[in-house]
Amino acid sequence: MGKKTGEVQTVDQFLDSTLESVDSAEDLVLNVAQKAGFPEEDLHKIGMAVRESMVNAVVHGNQYSAHKKVHVSVSKGPDRLTVTIADQGKGFELDNVPDPLADTNILRHSGRGMFLIRAFMDELQVRRLSPLGTEVTLTKYLGRK
Amino acid sequence: MSVKLSTRQVGDVSVLDVAGRITLGEGSSALRDTLRDLVSKGHKKILLNLGEVSYIDSSGIGELVSGFTTVANQGGQLKLLGLTKRVKDLLQITKLYTVFDVHDDEANAVRAFS
Repeated sequence: MGKKTGEVQTVDQFLDSTLESVDSAEDLVLNVAQKAGFPEEDLHKIGMAVRESMVNAVVHGNQYSAHKKVHVSVSKGPDRLTVTIADQGKGFELDNVPDPLADTNILRHSGRGMFLIRAFMDELQVRRLSPLGTEVTLTKYLGRK
Repeated sequence: MSVKLSTRQVGDVSVLDVAGRITLGEGSSALRDTLRDLVSKGHKKILLNLGEVSYIDSSGIGELVSGFTTVANQGGQLKLLGLTKRVKDLLQITKLYTVFDVHDDEANAVRAFS
């Protein structure tokens, strides 16, 4: 599905709560990002941020439920790429995610996903959806170091 | 291909060659199973060769950390060999680069086990 409003072009898909959907979302977003002109290194960062966000949505949000979908939307504007990933899970508070760089957490098995998303994208927003779900919005600007 | 793993012995050091993607699912679980298998068989000097790893996500990083602590808890050592720039960058931003003993040359890495 796709639509064009002014200079912003948006493509979106509803994906199953499976690990295969992580690959599908990455492909969808990278296809748009490549056409938008992002350099190779930025494409790697965008792809990784999308993968981590999708894993959060599929594994922690929807918990692989066959009854829940992940809505992925990617918009290409004149100066930026905006990706929105929304699940139908119980949600979480970003402030409650432990800092993976803290000495007490450095050797933990998990908990680095949100940190990597922040590191690789220019902006990250998280909001709770009603009645259920979490929506993360990732933004990457063209030409920003 | 997700990930390909093969093990060889160099003296008393077990070298685990990893190629492909270490991501949540098949890739990370294959690495976890192989490392656990080596440890359960008494291998205490393990060199993880990541020279052919094209991609690693946070789950893969988690497996590296778990492998490191599992081997250490058994009185062994796990070292890393041949990091690509992207894997090295990831370990640096997650502050794990200094946790691991990282080598570029296999012979030097093998000698570093003592």
